[in-house]
Amino acid sequence: MLRYALKRLISLMISLAVASVVIFAVIEVAPGDPASFMLGVNAQEDTLAALRAELGLDGSKLERYFNWVSGMLVGDFGTSYTYRTPVSQMIADRMWVSLPLALYALTLSTLIAFPAGIYAAARRGKPGDLTVMGATQLGIAVPNFWFAMMLVLIFAINLRWFNAGGFAGWDQGLWTGLHSLTLPAIALALPQAAILARVMRSSLLDILGEDFMRTARAKGLSRRQALWRHGVRNALIPVLTIIGLQFSFLLAGSIIIEQVFYLPGLGRLVFQAISARDLIVVESVVMLLVFAVITVNFLVDLAYAAVDPRLRSRT
Amino acid sequence: MSLLEVENLSLSIHGAPILKKINLSIDPGQIVAVTGESGSGKSMTALAVMQLLPNGAQTQGEIRLEGRDVLTTPEAEMCALRGAAIGMVFQEPMTALNPVKTIGDQVMETILIHKAMPATQALDRTKEVLRRVGLPPERFPLSRYPHELSGGQRQRVVIAMAIALRPTLLIADEPTTALDVTTQAQILDLLKGLVREYGMGLLMITHDLAVVADMADQIVVMRHGEVVEAGPTDDLLRNMQHPYTRMLFEASGHQVALPDTAGDRPLLEVTQVVRDYHLPRKGLFDKPGHHRAVDQVSFTLNRGERLGLVGESGCGKSTLTRAILGLEEVQAGEIRLDGAPVFTGHKPNPAVRRKMQVVFQDPYGSFNPRHKVARLITEPFHLLDTPPTGTERQDRIAEMLTAVGLSPNDAGKYIHEFSGGQRQRIAIARALIIRPELILFDEAVSALDVSVRAQILDLLAELCATYDLTYLFISHDLSVVRTITDRVMVMQAGKIVEQGETEQVFTHPQHSYTRTLIDAAPVLPDIGALAG
Repeated sequence: MLRYALKRLISLMISLAVASVVIFAVIEVAPGDPASFMLGVNAQEDTLAALRAELGLDGSKLERYFNWVSGMLVGDFGTSYTYRTPVSQMIADRMWVSLPLALYALTLSTLIAFPAGIYAAARRGKPGDLTVMGATQLGIAVPNFWFAMMLVLIFAINLRWFNAGGFAGWDQGLWTGLHSLTLPAIALALPQAAILARVMRSSLLDILGEDFMRTARAKGLSRRQALWRHGVRNALIPVLTIIGLQFSFLLAGSIIIEQVFYLPGLGRLVFQAISARDLIVVESVVMLLVFAVITVNFLVDLAYAAVDPRLRSRT
Repeated sequence: MSLLEVENLSLSIHGAPILKKINLSIDPGQIVAVTGESGSGKSMTALAVMQLLPNGAQTQGEIRLEGRDVLTTPEAEMCALRGAAIGMVFQEPMTALNPVKTIGDQVMETILIHKAMPATQALDRTKEVLRRVGLPPERFPLSRYPHELSGGQRQRVVIAMAIALRPTLLIADEPTTALDVTTQAQILDLLKGLVREYGMGLLMITHDLAVVADMADQIVVMRHGEVVEAGPTDDLLRNMQHPYTRMLFEASGHQVALPDTAGDRPLLEVTQVVRDYHLPRKGLFDKPGHHRAVDQVSFTLNRGERLGLVGESGCGKSTLTRAILGLEEVQAGEIRLDGAPVFTGHKPNPAVRRKMQVVFQDPYGSFNPRHKVARLITEPFHLLDTPPTGTERQDRIAEMLTAVGLSPNDAGKYIHEFSGGQRQRIAIARALIIRPELILFDEAVSALDVSVRAQILDLLAELCATYDLTYLFISHDLSVVRTITDRVMVMQAGKIVEQGETEQVFTHPQHSYTRTLIDAAPVLPDIGALAG
């Protein structure tokens, strides 16, 4: 198990190193000089040069790459071209919204999807299954911003249970923070839950056809006991893969939902930074997201091994 | 009173009749074998007793276990019976165990689910029963996972689960079909011992008549969902009434007459061949280990000769076959066909490759279902520099289909329209169509029913006469190899331990392993001698 984890960890490091090179290279070839963008078209050549030096844009490419990477390693992401504040601070502020939101949505999605998928698989072809499948079809088809608007209409405007948007901040207390993230989390979770429920159902149905499920029944387990004791854990592998992918998506892919609910999240930060040619911010956020995705995949790999003993010994 | 009585059992699934008025009974301590070819309804009979039938199944008649009608027992009470009063062992030990639970947990579950005893006692019983089936906890800790055990060991775990609560009836559905002969002999001994010791009734489902004759007190022969003949083993073997029973036994011991051959010019020469597989590194900086699948193998196959290769699973038969076909490069030694090497400069030699064809085991998996037969059997044409076209191609297809006992009209059909035996004929046609010098049969008749197998063996003998075939016949089935080859090689752990004239090797085996193999293989009783 330890060797398996170690091997995964090494592959994580390599992926990160490769990703940093690719991101740096892509940003390098992107057109647009941040210094002239900031100072306008009429700027003097020597002012431009001074600003470039200040921003650290004048060294060789290799030098700048190593400065960037070594800075990141100690938490220094550089200074935003447009806001003139440390990028690390900007990202940290946004992270406090995006990360809890992603986790919240993922928890909701799992809590909805697992029971729904298991329920549907246990009642294959019966009305219960058809209802769940119909609902998931809808969940996949309808875009999440529409859900978001409906949620605002019903729960914020009509019922007044929640605020229509904005984030109160965690200093108001955990409950207040969670409260203001609830509607966005639900809007994000519903389509994800629909996909996850379908994966859970089909994975479980595959497992139900396995020989060892018949063996379990021959031992005297009821259908339900066999499903829970032998089915669910075996069905988890493909489900874990999807959960990993969904978390990565939720972390970065919630721009629209952040926009609908006026949330100061990472998605909006990237959007604003790209519009303002604030390349250092884009670079840093993208690197951070890559880091998150790769770390999540690492955790998913560890979860695989926890679920399936064959992976532990194979290494 | 009998332990199990099945009376006039009929079964249909979604309206299609599967079983028709089955009768059989088992007494305590008795072994009853139900036999027949695939689709005869043997397994469904077993599943009906367990009430584990597929959805849409409808049953009529009576199944009484110790006087109680199983068919009218509610599902909750059936759960209490399964595993406690009736145990069941399945065919495929590789998939019959849950891969993510330890063997201890899985055996103990049988005991705990029935709340038969407190957990501490259940643990002791688990150890005891695993010891009884030959997996003592000192050598096979309860914390082992199924993937850490061999097929035979897994089957022992399945048996331990089935007998943990000392059921009065044990049902075994083809329990040894997936196992090697030596393992099969051990598992059959174990089952016999358990029946004697616990006084269980054993309902044994098997297609293997040699196993049946060797083990059963009573035989039930089934065909198309009906019992055609039943009775005590000795009586039934001595005095077969139904022609189907007789046909089954004759087909099982089917002998073919191979035409004589004067093979003295070498065709395939294998010299000191070694094939290694890399194993994963033990540590980060360790050298990767390797597994020697084929170890210094040398032999010569003469033109017109029929050579057999036998051995148990994992002995290197298939690896050697792949090396001969040029699918994998060998690490040492050389393989030459007609004087030319199969591998030249790390690449398969196409000139040699077109002189060889292969017929695989699985008649269902080895064809692309979207192509018609004409396209399937002409696939080897791509090996030729100038493949035949137009009427020549049509003629070749028609000739081949006729040669393997099909009709030229079959060329326009898809593969799903054919039975397993017909598919294997098509596979042979595909191998023959470019008139290869050498054909490799890799377990080519192992998946077939005995009657179909007999027909395919006859076909091979005919083709030998017509086309003067040279082949290497790889099989784990000794009786088949004995009749279809002139010479045989015995392979164990990557090495050829014995080779010689087939009859000579079978009647006077020199190597101890050959003797073990021959002794372990169940033997069909000589019907003629019994009847006389």
